[in-house]
Amino acid sequence: MKNFTYTEKKDTRSGFGDGLTELGQKNNNVVALCADLTGSLKMNEFKKNHPERFFQVGIAEANMMGIAAGLTIGGKIPFTGTFANFSTGRVYDQIRQSIAYSSKNVKICASHAGVTLGEDGATHQILEDIGMMKMLPGMTVINTCDYNQTKAATIAIAEHKGPVYLRFGRPKVPVFTDSNQDFKIGKGIKLIDGLDVSIIATGHLVWEALEAAKILYNLGINAEVINIHTIKPLDENIILESVSKTKCLVSAEEHNYLGGLGESISRVLSKNFPVPQEFVATNDTFGESGTPSELMKKYGLDSDSIVEKVKKVLSRKQSIN
Amino acid sequence: MDTQVLQDITVQTRRDILRMVHKVNSGHPGGSLGCAEFLVTLFNSVMNKNDSFSMDGHNEDLFFLSNGHISPVFYSVLARCGYFEVEELNTFRLINSRLQGHPTTHEGLPGVRIASGSLGQGLSVAIGAALSKKINDDNNLIYCLMGDGELQEGQNWEAIMYASSNKVDNLITTIDLNGQQIDGSTSDVLDLGNIKEKFEAFGWEVIECIDGNNISQIKDRLKAAKMKVFNGKPVCILLRTVMGNGVDFMMHTHEWHGKAPNDEQLEIALKQNPETIGDY
Repeated sequence: MKNFTYTEKKDTRSGFGDGLTELGQKNNNVVALCADLTGSLKMNEFKKNHPERFFQVGIAEANMMGIAAGLTIGGKIPFTGTFANFSTGRVYDQIRQSIAYSSKNVKICASHAGVTLGEDGATHQILEDIGMMKMLPGMTVINTCDYNQTKAATIAIAEHKGPVYLRFGRPKVPVFTDSNQDFKIGKGIKLIDGLDVSIIATGHLVWEALEAAKILYNLGINAEVINIHTIKPLDENIILESVSKTKCLVSAEEHNYLGGLGESISRVLSKNFPVPQEFVATNDTFGESGTPSELMKKYGLDSDSIVEKVKKVLSRKQSIN
Repeated sequence: MDTQVLQDITVQTRRDILRMVHKVNSGHPGGSLGCAEFLVTLFNSVMNKNDSFSMDGHNEDLFFLSNGHISPVFYSVLARCGYFEVEELNTFRLINSRLQGHPTTHEGLPGVRIASGSLGQGLSVAIGAALSKKINDDNNLIYCLMGDGELQEGQNWEAIMYASSNKVDNLITTIDLNGQQIDGSTSDVLDLGNIKEKFEAFGWEVIECIDGNNISQIKDRLKAAKMKVFNGKPVCILLRTVMGNGVDFMMHTHEWHGKAPNDEQLEIALKQNPETIGDY
């Protein structure tokens, strides 16, 4: 089994910040907006390098989304930065009308997604954002797994014409993808080959899936692990190819099971190749205060939870056969 | 452009509005009629426009409609400025039309740069476009039109605060002060208080147009507004209009906010506004 290791942990938001810094130097049309969270979003370097292309809008996210939409007129590529909660739920109608329906080339960059935001608690821990964003016609939805992938995605979405929701997080997590990767929107990445079960994960859950695969390997179970960074448009082929071999699947995400990646996968399976699926996701609940690792464990989002769901889906597969 | 010519276009635009909403028995004639003089004057006599439409609108003035429900007047003015054929006004609110109930870029209608209808969003977009012009060293202006009832939406006050704090001084926004909204007068529904003092307190340059249905006065006030741009402050025109202007039974009431005339009412309304430059 391919073994993934890491030498350091970094936060995905720093990948965004560093990607934005690089973009600022190579693309004059890139502009950035922030709603009073420049430090949290790691946008300080861009702000320092390009003060004329950085807009501090204050604690006014609705206005930020409208200004971003307007900036596209005249050829700018705006990147908005705030927490995922304030990037989506708070401004859904502004995104819907002024950005998505108006086909504006805005990149909505959302940090602190999910329960791993930690101690601030449920008011700030959004678990519904993927659902809201993927329902918007024309919106591309991306949830990256580590620092390198977030940096690569940040740079890649500037080249994509159309609105994008880029979701990342707060905690430091293992850096295990290539630093010079070619990020292709809508293209899943097979990390580990396996025959027994497909684990399809996004965001912080990708590393947990790799950890789960190690545990499963020692139990004699060969899990295939796929990193789906783009939830919409979804790479249906990589999923169908995998389940045609494994005949069962576990989806894993730091999001409500309603409206998330798992639900998108279910649709693909039911239309093309129905096989048993289990969901590693939050169970229609709000989060709470705690450390990221405590919360991942409590809400069933860690590698142990993935292992349990794999065992469950395997027994369902066997009962069919 | 001569005031009489603008007046003739305005009367024709009124006919367009009335016939459009009558045909589909829906739409918003009241606010549309109230803003006819202003939009006809702005588009034909004030704005610097390129010959052909492009979304980016480099080197020309740009206009954003925030109160998208007055789409009938917007479509008529756009068509009669040559953005698209006037015959297309026939398709207003019909299936497969580019002339949606509320304006949108989605169907690619020339002249429209943002979708509006859900209220309170247009000023933010206009500010973004104004910032884009500044980065591009494009000294043309951004115009925005908003309803007065729409000022009840909180996003506007975020935008109003932003524009003055950041000296967005290449922007002229006009508030259509007709004092009416769907449920009644603005003072009954949610009193807006003293709009002039509010804008001034937020650091805006405010210009009042007491008779917002008088073309000479509109021209004069728009000229005054243009004298105030690039002076460190955003500019606001308070345009006092009469809802339903030009059709006696539609004036001074919110009753025609979102209601179309029947056959008989249309005939009376059109008689009060005889054809000038030709029906579509």
